[in-house]
Amino acid sequence: MEKLIAGKSIEVNEEGYLTKFAQWDKTVGEELAKEANIDLSDRHWEVLNYLQTEHKNEVALSIRRIGKSGIVDIKEFYALFPNAPLKTATKIAGIPKPASCI
Amino acid sequence: MNEFNGEIKKMMIILSKATLENVYAAFVLANGARMEGIEAEMFFTFFGLEAVHKKKLEHLHVATVGNPAIHMPTMLGGLPGMEALATSMMKKEMEKIDMPDIHEFLDILAASGVKLWACKLAMEMFHYKKEDMYENLDGVITVGDFYKQGSGLGTHMLFI
Repeated sequence: MEKLIAGKSIEVNEEGYLTKFAQWDKTVGEELAKEANIDLSDRHWEVLNYLQTEHKNEVALSIRRIGKSGIVDIKEFYALFPNAPLKTATKIAGIPKPASCI
Repeated sequence: MNEFNGEIKKMMIILSKATLENVYAAFVLANGARMEGIEAEMFFTFFGLEAVHKKKLEHLHVATVGNPAIHMPTMLGGLPGMEALATSMMKKEMEKIDMPDIHEFLDILAASGVKLWACKLAMEMFHYKKEDMYENLDGVITVGDFYKQGSGLGTHMLFI
């Protein structure tokens, strides 16, 4: 389905995740963060960039892997994205929701 | 399912067993709750205390006796070394699917904001002291305290 994000018509799935990463840009990320009540700081962007790189490299994302990323530890990850961090951060980053249980 | 439209706000997970499969089930459920934005607290009681006992948590085993899903005749499962064998096989499989070991899993739970409580009565029964236990344990509490922790709408309790 189409959703108007930051003035652009963006293709998203029923949970609001972007289905075409090419349609993502920083303003889209900022708008999605606002929907999740998150004010994006430089630290948020570092984490979001890391998630996008991992996704591009086809790495399956999990909380454990993020804890070992060297970019952010699990405690800070939860502090940055308090409500369901992995789900929220991937949505803002414009990448698919990870199917991980850990 | 009427309260909060059935939305789960908090999971209170009671772990009473120390077999590897039960401990992992409890940990995955607690961590999975946090990943969904649901609060989670764990209460370790009776044998479940071994999962947060510094010296014992590295040596938890899979049950080979009385566990039909292991597909091993009960008499065979009772032979010396069988539990250790089944455990090391399972641990290898877990590593393959990126499952952390018990200590690392506890660190993940603590960092994710899962409250970890030890049962006071069981601690006394097994003569365990607070300093014998995993360092990020939030405290030793009574069952009444645990219920108080779980008060509020949308709380669910699970006994493992």
